[in-house]
Amino acid sequence: MITFETIVFYVFAAMLISAGVLVITLRNPVHAVLSLVLAFFASAGLWLLLEAEFLAIALVLVYVGAVMVLFLFVVMMLDINIAEVREGFARYLPIAAMFAVLMGVSLLLVVGPAHFGTAQVPIPPPVASDVNNTEQLGLAMFTQYVLPLEIASVVLLVAIIAAIALTLRSTRQTKAPKPESQVRVRREDRIRLIKMDAEKGA
Amino acid sequence: MLSLSHYLIIGAALFCLSVAGIFINRKNVIVLLMCIELMLLAVNMNFIAFSHFNQDIAGQVFVFFILTVAAAESAIGLAILVVLFRNRNSINVEDLDAMKG
Repeated sequence: MITFETIVFYVFAAMLISAGVLVITLRNPVHAVLSLVLAFFASAGLWLLLEAEFLAIALVLVYVGAVMVLFLFVVMMLDINIAEVREGFARYLPIAAMFAVLMGVSLLLVVGPAHFGTAQVPIPPPVASDVNNTEQLGLAMFTQYVLPLEIASVVLLVAIIAAIALTLRSTRQTKAPKPESQVRVRREDRIRLIKMDAEKGA
Repeated sequence: MLSLSHYLIIGAALFCLSVAGIFINRKNVIVLLMCIELMLLAVNMNFIAFSHFNQDIAGQVFVFFILTVAAAESAIGLAILVVLFRNRNSINVEDLDAMKG
């Protein structure tokens, strides 16, 4: 039976998988970042199907809006030699395909319909229209998971400070004196004694 | 009807794709970072699918934390990449052998 939900699922799934293939095969890193954006959009659609509305919107806002834009900035800022970076692509393709197929088959044996089909995991009833996903998530996060939430905020703070500290360049235009080099200076750095004959009067 | 295994298979396929991507793009640090993002997305897909089918919100809370950590990771990774490019003028992984590791 083909329902509307099934059609939406297959459309988004096809979009997600093809965008993933494009991410790993495209030559131009800018195009790869753009297809990663498409992958995030497609999975946000799938998360909406799974009734995780808040996270779907957060994925689009935080990931597509912030992280992917950061990626785009960096990719465009760096002047990458594509030909040099791409060498070895064809050489590693067979072994990569072999690993992917092996992993895919073994994962498929575990997660296939034999173990996680509708018989083993029944489909949950649709949620009532007055249930608010954001409210539920917030209730869980600010009561039961409040300590992990604070640790996550500390992680973000560390990330901010680390990113700034790594990329900060002291500006060379400033004329401020450097006290440490002034203190360390010695007499022979500043004074040069030259021996020369006295000049004769004309 | 859509069962849990539909979503798990999508997650597994995405994960395998990103592992293959790490193999074939092993010289380009930016694409390696993007493959890691794709892997985390596959894991998040599994968490949300289980959260939906078990009717437990804890899976979604976990996805929230994974998103936080992934954002921090990519911010620091890209900062390191920028510093690296400034110093070495290249993002080829094989040029990064200063430590002889």
